[in-house]
Amino acid sequence: MNSANDIFSQPGFQPVHDDFHGDLLELSIGPHHPSTHGVFRMNATLDGEVVVKLKPVFGYLHRNHEKLAEQNSYLASIPYTDRLDYLSSLTNNWAYVHAVEKLAGLAVPERAEYLRVILGELARLINHCCLVGFLLNDLGTSFTPLLYSLRERERMLDLIEELTGSRMMCNFMRFGGLRTDVSADWLARLEHFLDHQFARYLREQDALLTGNEILLARLQHVGILSPKLAVQAGITGPMLRASGVDYDIRKVDQYGIYDRFDFRVPLGDHGDTYDRYMMRMLEMHESVKIIKQAIRDLPVGDFLDPKAKNRGLRPKAGSCYARIEGPKGEIGFHLVSDGSANPYRYRVRPPSLINLTVLEDMCLGRTLADTIVILGSVDIVLGEVDR
Amino acid sequence: MFGTGILKGLYITAKNLVGSYHDPERLTTEQYPEERPKLPENFRSFPFLVFDGENAIDGLRCTACKMCEKECPPQCIYIVADRDENGKLMKRPKVFDIDISVCMGCQICAEVCPFESIKMDHHFEVATDNRFEKLLLHREDLAKPNSYYHSIRPTEAAAVDAQLAEEKRKAEERAAARAATAKPVPATPPSNPPAA
Repeated sequence: MNSANDIFSQPGFQPVHDDFHGDLLELSIGPHHPSTHGVFRMNATLDGEVVVKLKPVFGYLHRNHEKLAEQNSYLASIPYTDRLDYLSSLTNNWAYVHAVEKLAGLAVPERAEYLRVILGELARLINHCCLVGFLLNDLGTSFTPLLYSLRERERMLDLIEELTGSRMMCNFMRFGGLRTDVSADWLARLEHFLDHQFARYLREQDALLTGNEILLARLQHVGILSPKLAVQAGITGPMLRASGVDYDIRKVDQYGIYDRFDFRVPLGDHGDTYDRYMMRMLEMHESVKIIKQAIRDLPVGDFLDPKAKNRGLRPKAGSCYARIEGPKGEIGFHLVSDGSANPYRYRVRPPSLINLTVLEDMCLGRTLADTIVILGSVDIVLGEVDR
Repeated sequence: MFGTGILKGLYITAKNLVGSYHDPERLTTEQYPEERPKLPENFRSFPFLVFDGENAIDGLRCTACKMCEKECPPQCIYIVADRDENGKLMKRPKVFDIDISVCMGCQICAEVCPFESIKMDHHFEVATDNRFEKLLLHREDLAKPNSYYHSIRPTEAAAVDAQLAEEKRKAEERAAARAATAKPVPATPPSNPPAA
């Protein structure tokens, strides 16, 4: 049987132009397409069903985020960072306040650091839950794994809503701590959720998907990203680790208090889509472990540095770059202050956008259906890509 | 063995299907318009203004200090301070408009308000048939009594009331202390006579 896979495996696959094969087809996928995860467009050139060229087009959701922040006070940018990667707004908040704290030299109380770790890892759980669900939706398993994921995500969002007032636009972190304190009752319920509902979700999702033959056939050896290319292109996060590069900013920088927790960084072997899926599943287990340790060790004390000034903050002139390990990769903020009440320059380093740059390299020689799956495994949120 | 993964998956979906009939943890859907969501106290939608007493406009805690107007990230608050006929500030707003088609409900206004006047509402069904006039809320639409604030956020409102009472008591104490020390003042001539 002359299967299509033989064509893919040839190095330097070239399209054939003759009367028998016909012309190449240029296909614009998106921006309004449910499988592009937002207003993202791919200009694909197809030879039959095989992608020979792919050009990502973005900018449809550009909202002038960076320029707006340069006109607003430091405090007023926090709610806007929620809207970057709207699936995990707490880590965006964290990255931004982390940068401002570094710029202004603010200290964060111990308790606030622990609570930030809890909330940041909760954001990671929500993000990976969504990714696993939507990736399976892209594969064509219409809604079953997605709705199981969203069911658990909804419970986490209920907890977040109770704490911050909003399900997704949390606006919760402040320079030098958090906006409000977290009650013991809330933490107990979070722990109960992780022990019962979420543990069951992870168990069931593993049983439902991880060994499923159809999933293996669709994901294994699809969209291979070599470690060399991943490092050269600046890929970060689970996507880089799926290619086998051991680089987790929680371990490398040990920002905040991450050196105090015992957790492992899962690494992939092949860099294919299945590894990228597994990274998310394994990271969820590790995040649960971190949250439990943080709840166990949570000290009493201030949740906000009483000396920290949020309104009318004027950091000394200077610049800084601060980064954290977001659910999608390295999210960093570069701030330049000229001593006034608003930043002179404000720049976001979005993980989604930079992870998207290798999309063509992963898709060449694969079919159009694989392209959708590969895009799903990159885990993009267009709010962050376009800003 | 090939196929076991699929069978295992079918077992999971069957468990969820059957579970959704008797296990509330597997069926979490809320039948929204009939079933009302139980909002947590911290829930926030759009800002409103708290007033004390009976009259919505006279009782407003807002003093038109414009702190919220200045801090609002999308600049959706518009305030004009009220003045009496001599042009003196009356410490109350003449115009207090919030364009909720612009407002993003970030609660920074509620956070920076020094007079505990602007708070976040629980009312979320704000759809109207006119996106220009009806989404621009004026002073009269925004003013809501303190009892309403108590009904949506009992613990926070109680803390705010206690804090305001404490401030009032301290202000009265200070005034009393000033009155006690100021008693001999009428005997001495004014230190800065206008005739100079």
